Amino acid sequence: MTSDKISNDKISKYHKEKVAFWGLRISLFTVLIILGVILCDIAYKGLGVISWEFLTRPPRAGMTAGGIFPAIVGTFYVTVLAAFLAVPLGIATAIFLNEYAQKGKLTRIIRISLRNLAGVPSIVFGLFGVALFVQKFGFGASLLAAGMTLGLLTLPVTVTAAEEALKTVPQSYREGGLALGATKWQMISTLVLPPAVPGMLTGVILGLARAAGETAPILFTGAAFFLPFLPASPFSQFMALPYHLFILATQHHDISTVRPLAYGTALVLLVLVFVLNLGAIVLRYRFRGRFQKGK
Amino acid sequence: MVNIKENSIKYIFLLSGLLSIFILLGIFYLLFSNSYPALRDVGIKAFFSRGYWNPTAYSVPQYSILNLIKGTFMVGAGSLLFVVPLGVACAAYLAEVAAPREREIFKPVIEILAGIPSVVLGFFGLVVVAPLLSRIFGLPNGINALNGSILVGIMALPTVISLAEDAISAVPQEYRHASLALGATRWQTLKNVTVPAALSGILAASLLGMGRAIGETITVLMATGNALADPSSFLDSVRTLSANIAIEMGEVPRGSLHFHSLFVVGLVLFLITFIVNLLADIIFNRYREGV
Repeated sequence: MTSDKISNDKISKYHKEKVAFWGLRISLFTVLIILGVILCDIAYKGLGVISWEFLTRPPRAGMTAGGIFPAIVGTFYVTVLAAFLAVPLGIATAIFLNEYAQKGKLTRIIRISLRNLAGVPSIVFGLFGVALFVQKFGFGASLLAAGMTLGLLTLPVTVTAAEEALKTVPQSYREGGLALGATKWQMISTLVLPPAVPGMLTGVILGLARAAGETAPILFTGAAFFLPFLPASPFSQFMALPYHLFILATQHHDISTVRPLAYGTALVLLVLVFVLNLGAIVLRYRFRGRFQKGK
Repeated sequence: MVNIKENSIKYIFLLSGLLSIFILLGIFYLLFSNSYPALRDVGIKAFFSRGYWNPTAYSVPQYSILNLIKGTFMVGAGSLLFVVPLGVACAAYLAEVAAPREREIFKPVIEILAGIPSVVLGFFGLVVVAPLLSRIFGLPNGINALNGSILVGIMALPTVISLAEDAISAVPQEYRHASLALGATRWQTLKNVTVPAALSGILAASLLGMGRAIGETITVLMATGNALADPSSFLDSVRTLSANIAIEMGEVPRGSLHFHSLFVVGLVLFLITFIVNLLADIIFNRYREGV
């Protein structure tokens, strides 16, 4: 083999690599373009509809005019209710798994349950909500029933994030605390939890963003087609942004007239979810640096 | 005194840990107990024999969910066909090629994609993808299994990308070094060493993506047209198990046979996703022990 041939081989080898890496890069760009098209389409066609009236007034004239205020408020309420269930439970579960649980069958079963819970289809959560909260507990179709259903749905997200946050707390904190004679709970509550709070918050926010955008679990557990007023108690039905968008897009008798309103609703929902997600991402990045610097 | 307090705190946490097991069992139990009246009166066989889903038929109600299952798997498999290659390529790029800086930018962007609510994606499918498909294929409308596959695929992409990336990153550094030291290029290393070593993790990622695609409700409900007929191609309208529940649950009288038979549909959907997820879990664990 001449040296010429070898260098030719090398060129084609590295040439190939270049082409292949560009292929991979293009795949990533394809995904980014898909995302861009979705966001731009909704933003472009939705922005024209957004006005003070749209955000602060209830729908009028058979939902062909007016705003989406009750849907915004409803989504806010139901998300807060979901948080009341998911946050304490999620954090407690994470503390158990990361601080108390020993490696063994029980821990494994809990983890497998959590992972499978994360994979349960949202419509199945909806059925579960109907059977348990609406019927068995007698909440009826209500904010409470929908909020509890969404809370259970977001539980795995909250647990995973809270556990990750606990894992970032250095082991030396725990050993130091115990060595000074603190009991386990004293050690956890004063040394482990405080530095983990920002990370847990990230998980909570991600869970809430997920809950705010879900439609299927609230379809039969409390979301209403149209209500001119705000929910009066946890046992009232409510309007919600995702369900409102679903109605405007597919169920309304005059779909073409309400199309701009549907775009507006979609934009408001997207912005809401993104603000939450972005908050979580920023929080995580600031939080991540902390222990690395302190090392 | 201190011991009592410490122990009771421990048990409170244990209890909340156990709760996730109870919730999963509770879902299964409530689905089953609400399905039971339908399974008893109609019989399991009626749900799985040839025919159509039409529980409200005036003369002879039919309960076959075969077309629904077929529709569900068409949408799920159709989405995987493009999600797995695309997702793995993105993951390989992020894990092995991208500069750390690039990664810091692109990973949150992918997370944004994961954050788009399903109803917004469904809406996008209805107003953008459907007209596009109808023009490309010359159809009266573009609301069909293909549309559903595309949208559900977009939905499953972030899951597949991030899990496949984890799997590729987890391949020990020595593998790469050995390959590079033998004179292989980074691309040859990626193609012949790293990705094959991560294959079971990638498989688990794909299965989890499939699980998401099968369970997705609102997006498919808005994009697939929900016809009950036996679909013969991806350009036909299909109805999935999840969409079927969403469509009919709102209007069915509580406690009727129809109501309970919808729980049977839910039970079947639950079992399918459960098996898919469990499979992914087993593969994932075995692979983690292997590396």
